[in-house]
Amino acid sequence: MASNEHIVSSYEDELTELTRAISEMGGMVEVAITNATQALIRVDHELAKETAKADKAVDDMQRYIDESAVSMIARRQPMAADLRHIVSAIHVANDLERIGDIAKNLARRVKHIDSQRVSKQLYSGIRHMSDLTLGQIKRSIDSFTTRNADIAIDVCRRDDEVDALYVSLFREFLTYMMEDPRNITDCTHLLFCAKNLERAGDHATNIAEAAYYLKTGENLYYDIESGKVQLS
Amino acid sequence: MSVATDLKQPEAQPSPESVKMAGRNVSVFYGEKQALFDVDLDIVENQVVSLIGPSGCGKSTFLRCLNRMNDTIDICRVGGEITLDGQDIYDKAIDVVELRARVGMVFQKPNPFPKSIYENVAYGPRIHGMTSTKDELDEIVTTSLRRAGLWEEVKDRLDQPGTGLSGGQQQRLCIARAIATKPEVLLMDEPCSALDPIATAIIEELIDELRERFTIVIVTHSMQQAARVSQKTAFFHLGKLIEEGPTEQIFTNPHHQKTQDYITGRIG
Repeated sequence: MASNEHIVSSYEDELTELTRAISEMGGMVEVAITNATQALIRVDHELAKETAKADKAVDDMQRYIDESAVSMIARRQPMAADLRHIVSAIHVANDLERIGDIAKNLARRVKHIDSQRVSKQLYSGIRHMSDLTLGQIKRSIDSFTTRNADIAIDVCRRDDEVDALYVSLFREFLTYMMEDPRNITDCTHLLFCAKNLERAGDHATNIAEAAYYLKTGENLYYDIESGKVQLS
Repeated sequence: MSVATDLKQPEAQPSPESVKMAGRNVSVFYGEKQALFDVDLDIVENQVVSLIGPSGCGKSTFLRCLNRMNDTIDICRVGGEITLDGQDIYDKAIDVVELRARVGMVFQKPNPFPKSIYENVAYGPRIHGMTSTKDELDEIVTTSLRRAGLWEEVKDRLDQPGTGLSGGQQQRLCIARAIATKPEVLLMDEPCSALDPIATAIIEELIDELRERFTIVIVTHSMQQAARVSQKTAFFHLGKLIEEGPTEQIFTNPHHQKTQDYITGRIG
């Protein structure tokens, strides 16, 4: 349903600002995941430290979005698509904040991994996982900011690929650990990293579900058992 | 993988016997000017229905058709059919006074009679011959004032003029007066528009309680009030019923663009 502009232009401005803030926050967590992955692969302690530190800005952004949303609910008494916009923004900001935490956790693991011991092959799996997850995050934010239900459905469907890659990495790390027990510490850390990225993919799915609700007013569920995207 | 849209539950339809009043192809003309166009609306028993829409959209006109208040306007002509318990209320055999006893009305501005609080409530039952003794009349006045949530505030001054009460109290007195004749349907035309937020909250609480005994149709300009008090909402625009449905759906996910634009305050 295409929307006309509000009679009260300041209300329109506030809704636009909310979408802009989500978009900016989305950009911040994309950079955070990219940097955290780079720090892991390059064993860049400085970048890891910066990435962990940058999470505070993501947290501040979530607070800003929450406060703006609560203020709008109190002052504007939003209805229909506006109400869905504001409620969805609160959900999306929460999921983005969690993705930010995940990036921070990834960065913090850099100092625990012995770069001399870990084979480059192990990192390629993490890089692949990160790329896939980043794509999911980016498209989920796009689906929200452009109110595109088709992209939202596609993000939900593609979560399977992230999950499948995690299972495959899990097996791979297990094999390395069995081959040489000295790999256990590093592989366990990398396994946690893979698990974190898989969780970030789940948050992208949540964002896509919020975007679908914003656009259609219907709830979208991804049923793991049947592998189908369903409406409530 | 496909989107399984068939999983959606169909919306519950009222059973025919639970429909208290129904409008079918209701059109209203004021002289040459058509104010309502083929309105179809079911009013379900013991529910609150909100009629919303911009000024001049026809919501009050439709409300006034439900107890033939438009009969008092010479140039007004009503077409289509409106039924109460399946009976056409515009049938020639219908006694309009009796109809208005069954379908009571509360107006925008509290309009108590220039009589005592007691007489304001006793007036209807007395002219309709509903009681034969003073005790019975006392009982009706007491019960009506209790149900209108006014009893505790006026029980010691029933002989004082109704016009001496506060605005919110006067409106509750008018509600007590309307329910004293034991109507089946209560029509409310912007009952809180002249009241402060506290008096409005008291009336809204009252509407929720009254719903157990009466079927209520309310016209309101407050979206929040419609969302709070009603189970069903109907949106009118330029004399047409654009959309009607469960209140929750209308205010969270309206299907029609005009409804969306109106309730979100956009230029339609």
